[in-house]
Amino acid sequence: MRQFLAVIAFMLVTIGFFSAYSNFGIPQIIPAPPPVEEEIDLTSMDMDQFTALGDKIFNGKGTCTLCHNELGRAPMLDQVGVNAQARLDDARYDGEASDIEGYLRESLVAPSAYVVEGFGKAGTNDTESPMPSTEGGSIALSEPELAAVLAYLQDIGGLEVTVEIPTDMAPQEGEPEEMADPGEPRPAFTNFQDLSDEFACEACHTIGEEAGDLGPNLSTIGGTRDRDYIRRALLDPNRDIAKGYEADMMPDDLGEQLYATELEIMVDFLSQLK
Amino acid sequence: MLRKIASIGFFFAVCAAVVLALGGELFVAKAIAEEAASAAGGYGPAPVLTEADYPKVSGMNGRLVVWVVAQLHLWFAAFVLAVPIFVFIIEAIGMRTRDKRYDDMAYEFIKVSITAYSLTAILGGLLLFALIIFYPHLFGYLSVIFKESMIYYALLFFAESAVLYLYYYGWHWLQGDIRKWIHLTLGLLLNAVGTTLMLLANAWLTFMMSPAGVDPAGVFSGDSWAAIHNFLWNPINIHRFVANIAYGGSIVGAYAAFKFLTAQNAQEKAHYDWMGYNANFIAICALLPLPFAGYYLAAEIYAYSQQMGITLMGGIFAWLFIIQAVLIGALFLSANYYLWCGMGRSDGAKRYFKFIKYIAIVLIGAFLVWFTPHTLVLTNAELKALGGPHHSILGPLGIMPAKNTAVNLMIMFTFLSFLFYRRSNKQATVSWERVGNILQVALFTAGIANILFLGIYHGYFTNTVYKVAASIPQVLTTFVVIVGSLVLDSFIYRGAKDVGPLHWGRIPDRAQYALFLLAVAFTWLMGLMGYIRSGIRQHWHVVDIMRDASADAYTPTLGYAANVVSIAAIIFLTLVIFVFWIAQVSSSKSLPAGYWKE
Repeated sequence: MRQFLAVIAFMLVTIGFFSAYSNFGIPQIIPAPPPVEEEIDLTSMDMDQFTALGDKIFNGKGTCTLCHNELGRAPMLDQVGVNAQARLDDARYDGEASDIEGYLRESLVAPSAYVVEGFGKAGTNDTESPMPSTEGGSIALSEPELAAVLAYLQDIGGLEVTVEIPTDMAPQEGEPEEMADPGEPRPAFTNFQDLSDEFACEACHTIGEEAGDLGPNLSTIGGTRDRDYIRRALLDPNRDIAKGYEADMMPDDLGEQLYATELEIMVDFLSQLK
Repeated sequence: MLRKIASIGFFFAVCAAVVLALGGELFVAKAIAEEAASAAGGYGPAPVLTEADYPKVSGMNGRLVVWVVAQLHLWFAAFVLAVPIFVFIIEAIGMRTRDKRYDDMAYEFIKVSITAYSLTAILGGLLLFALIIFYPHLFGYLSVIFKESMIYYALLFFAESAVLYLYYYGWHWLQGDIRKWIHLTLGLLLNAVGTTLMLLANAWLTFMMSPAGVDPAGVFSGDSWAAIHNFLWNPINIHRFVANIAYGGSIVGAYAAFKFLTAQNAQEKAHYDWMGYNANFIAICALLPLPFAGYYLAAEIYAYSQQMGITLMGGIFAWLFIIQAVLIGALFLSANYYLWCGMGRSDGAKRYFKFIKYIAIVLIGAFLVWFTPHTLVLTNAELKALGGPHHSILGPLGIMPAKNTAVNLMIMFTFLSFLFYRRSNKQATVSWERVGNILQVALFTAGIANILFLGIYHGYFTNTVYKVAASIPQVLTTFVVIVGSLVLDSFIYRGAKDVGPLHWGRIPDRAQYALFLLAVAFTWLMGLMGYIRSGIRQHWHVVDIMRDASADAYTPTLGYAANVVSIAAIIFLTLVIFVFWIAQVSSSKSLPAGYWKE
């Protein structure tokens, strides 16, 4: 019986160790909840906001950056403006687009129409793309979302944004009613903490009790920098890079995502941290 | 004459097994091809669900119930599929060598697992009810697509039970010449039926990951074979087949270890030491190719869906592979430790003791490399939780080339441990022993150098394509070293003398705990990998086709998953102890004095 109990204890301790390590030895990341359809109000959007929407989808729901990143899984898209016409003219092009906007749209919904050399599925000799159609499956972008991503791609590719903001938002067959029902614009945040939560400032910066270390510690920023500097740093973060930190870490379009009142709330809050 | 007939019968059984087990394909494909032609119409799209479509049972969480029951079913199924595989092999060895110890051991293996068959079936039934109760629409959708294979599956259980009972209860009856051949044939059939059952069940779960035979709306084409033969079916089949053998070996090894610790005399100790050694040997033989089977599966997941592949390796699940590294490290270290302790059975082993510390250093080093995380694809909130995407110094060790290099070295050095164990009680008699040893050292040195070169050069100085592709020559290098070394060793030790008799039972008690660790780590690891295999579907019942709209559609945290796996593992091990205990009880007799009439 003693041996039996010793073996049981050993097994329980082993299982307990595995469990404890999984709970306390590694970061507990709460996975993002399943995506839900967001209401998009296109009626009051100008092209800059529409492009910003495309940016948000590109980096979020579209999951584009899972592959279109520096790790080389898929082509980078900042040169798309330079390359698009050449690809349209390439003999390997197997699509139906006649202009660059059409080509870009096709690359989102029928990615195998042209596969950049070296990025095809293994064994297909670059005739089949590993990228899924963004219209269906788990990504399932709606028409306005697709158009917004197109506008964003044209923008970052240095092209003229030719996409038009969709106006006919009647629900499509089989589409939930609310998808086509334009919602309200995002309400403005009224305090710094909500803004910080929304834009994840504390993921990289130490502010108060939250400790991120990818960006400079802002706990006493108000003691060393004036309001103008802070405002400029929010609007153009790569202009002055603090010693020991890398450029391009902070999103340079933060200013475009903020309402003016929100920008001032952030400046007010940070400047009083001394 | 009788022997000839038996051989012919055996041959046909082998053919049947190949048809059933390795393809499963002819068996199912014929009926399916006929059916596909006529059934293209009449199927609806996959149901679009809302939270109200998931029945609730007071006090129960549907996902948790299905999760735990499915995991328990899988553990038992893996065990009862694995045991007959090596029982068959051990019985065949016994027949070939006419060494009855093998036959007795094979019988004891099947005896201790017999109750596990009932538990597997009971848990399978429980899983079926849980699915019907908590996920009726999903089960309904799947049963429309897999109606034929589900019926075949149920019917095959009759065949499984019939063959099992004949095989087990007929063990002592079917002894000698033709009868033994018939018995061995039954063992083969048992394996064929069991493997076919696994293949069918694998088709259902892989369909949920990589659906085939349906259009984007989930409308079934009527081609059931296409649905079964989906993209990830064979990668999972291979991975599970190999893993089951390793798992079965580890569980039986734990049984032998316990019996060793509680043995009443030296003879019993020697027997269970020998049994534990064989079980561990089986587990290691299957453990060595397992990382490659896992790598193949992961590569195929990438090939099927880059998104799914990145979710698997680069999203929140990336941290799971760090836990996995801890577990695999535990598996390799415990398996090696057991071998090193086992060398004490031989008086000639001390020649090799000096090398063990170096093997240990390499194993731990490789484990630490495997254990190192790299860049993770994260949301801002996740980035915040982690405090950064990667470690600036150790980050480079986190990429796959480093891990591939580490795992190849781990496997190669585990093989080296085995080689030393194998040699420990032998004294070569060939004149060219020294040359042979030099050749072996050269083979290992060249293999290690090649693995390091491939890992470092292609991993860090070439582009992504070569980083991934370099893993294949690495695996081939390991394979060549193992096979080449075994062949060379067998020539060097041809006609070798034994240093002395092997002292079975001369092994410290603590070595038995390595076998317990092996069994527990395997169990827990299987549970964890079951979570990730299912978890990469994220909020889909059937990926991209049928969305999970239940309140539990979110992916739980690793800590939560680990707790569920732990609780399930404790339940499983409790049931396994019951299974072993009942096997022991069945052979105990008590004769109370004065109870029966004289």
